[in-house]
Amino acid sequence: MSDATTTETPALPGDGLREGVVDRMRDALGSSLIDSLVKPGDDVWVRVATDAWREAGRVLRDVVGCEYFCFLSAIDWMPSPYGKGEDDPTQPPPERKTDIVQGYAGGETRMQVFARVTNTDLHFGVTIKADVPDENPVVDSWIPNYAGANWHERECHEMFGIGFTGHPDLRNMYLPTGFEGYPLRKDFPLLARMVKPWPGIADVEPLPDESSEGDATAEGGES
Amino acid sequence: MTSTIDHLDDRQKLSYIAAQAADARLNVELETEGMTLNIGPQHPATHGTLRIICRLDGEQVVWAEPSAGYMHRGYEKLTEVRSFPQVTALVNRIDWLGSFANEVPFILAAEKLMGVEAPPRAQVIRTILFELSRIANVGLFLGDLGVQLGAVTPVFMAFRDREHVLNLIEGATGGRFHPNFDRIGGLYKDLPAGWIAETRLAMKRLRRFCDEMDELLFGNEIFQARLRGIGVIPADVAKQYGLSGANLRASGVDWDLRRDQQLPLSYDKIDWKVWTHPDGDSYARCWVRLQETREATLIVDRLLDILPSGPIMAKVPRIIKVPEGEAWVSTENPLGEMGYYVVSKNDLGPFRCKIRSASFNNVSIVPWVLRGVYVPDVIAILASLYFILGDIDR
Repeated sequence: MSDATTTETPALPGDGLREGVVDRMRDALGSSLIDSLVKPGDDVWVRVATDAWREAGRVLRDVVGCEYFCFLSAIDWMPSPYGKGEDDPTQPPPERKTDIVQGYAGGETRMQVFARVTNTDLHFGVTIKADVPDENPVVDSWIPNYAGANWHERECHEMFGIGFTGHPDLRNMYLPTGFEGYPLRKDFPLLARMVKPWPGIADVEPLPDESSEGDATAEGGES
Repeated sequence: MTSTIDHLDDRQKLSYIAAQAADARLNVELETEGMTLNIGPQHPATHGTLRIICRLDGEQVVWAEPSAGYMHRGYEKLTEVRSFPQVTALVNRIDWLGSFANEVPFILAAEKLMGVEAPPRAQVIRTILFELSRIANVGLFLGDLGVQLGAVTPVFMAFRDREHVLNLIEGATGGRFHPNFDRIGGLYKDLPAGWIAETRLAMKRLRRFCDEMDELLFGNEIFQARLRGIGVIPADVAKQYGLSGANLRASGVDWDLRRDQQLPLSYDKIDWKVWTHPDGDSYARCWVRLQETREATLIVDRLLDILPSGPIMAKVPRIIKVPEGEAWVSTENPLGEMGYYVVSKNDLGPFRCKIRSASFNNVSIVPWVLRGVYVPDVIAILASLYFILGDIDR
């Protein structure tokens, strides 16, 4: 069996390499690269303009050399109006934060698409984000760049209601056709928690050796 | 067309053209409307409930479309209403054959955000259990592969020897299938007495199992004929679709997340080998998996040699609150790259947790790879791609 290869551990990515990624993307995209963040020893995030989403993918593939497509998805930055679904239904709902705060590399809209691609030769990955317009949540499809984006965009369309221009077939993968609502948006309630209130702390049994000092033994003694 | 017959003399040309014409006539006469063949949702080759709709022209598949979603459990939504320690109980149901391996990247992502690192002993035990889940998972694949190609014996051998691994996992964690053993900052419990000796014994048995499979299956002529040259995936296509794990390495891409990234796991402390194969066909995928299973037993053995003593839990607060930030951690799971993109808002649970599972990408290549293959090869290709339905739908 001569099919095997030896393992020489190649050099692991340095932060210089990550800075270089941002520079090369800025050279290729110009002002369309809006923001970037390099966390030392960790990872690199970039944010591009919505119009440049597909072009940025091409730059990542051809210029930066990230040929390996990892995933594509979206984030809804709005805080959930339902919290963790643990409210007592007999009480009025508590006050919750409603301000939208985006994560690394900033943002201006409620929803963002983000994707991750990897350079398998130089061993680094890039997380790339783009804002999705609030009133018309549509971005370009990444299928011309990475064929594997097909299913990820279908999933994203189904779960977040984001459209992808140029996608051939945005059918539902999981939900029945005609399902209303977008389950992974924060304003979509988790129905299981709405139908039957979360029992919460009441059913937590104290561990045998911790019963004396337990700080979770409130709420009645039926346990 | 002319180029293929240029080198022929006139007589041969005439007979060639006549043969082509006859072929064409036959095709016209036999032309049917094409048939739609429905494979699944319940089919042994799908490891769960995946339905594949194939449009056939004669014996050839002209179009294929997998239809997943029969087992969607909405884990990404559920993680948003769970606390960080509770998430492991959910995610180890994603790839149910190697469930401990599902917990590790999530815990590592949470640890990364918190700036906590597990103590060395916990890291080594984590890595050992991770490799044991790989053996439990891929060992079953090797047996199941035989069934799908018409050989029944290997599956019994696989179940027989996988039992040793499941017993080990049960001995250490208390759960055969859903250990829920990994904690932020370390592990729930230390190893029980006698576990190390048992493990060494079991690894010896597993290596014998791998040798048996090597001879019984991979040396078998029918097995080779069914898999060699079938379902070839070139390296650039594999990367575009995000194939990972053995599927990617079988296309000649030397990429293994155990070696190629820095994680607080113990792979860099021992000597081991990444297996690749240049062919990219179904045989290569199966062969790489066999080698990886054998390599995993060696990794376990070597990690047991360097198992340090010490605590298994780092100092973490009793109520775990993860600071604001985003983290991506992926590991080389039995099925391929599995990762979690965790967004935390300084809360008890994740704000958003994107679960990147290996099979989702591995199956998304099915329409590409099935185009033009013959019907009997469909099952062989699906078997060699190796996916688990929980890992597609999440």
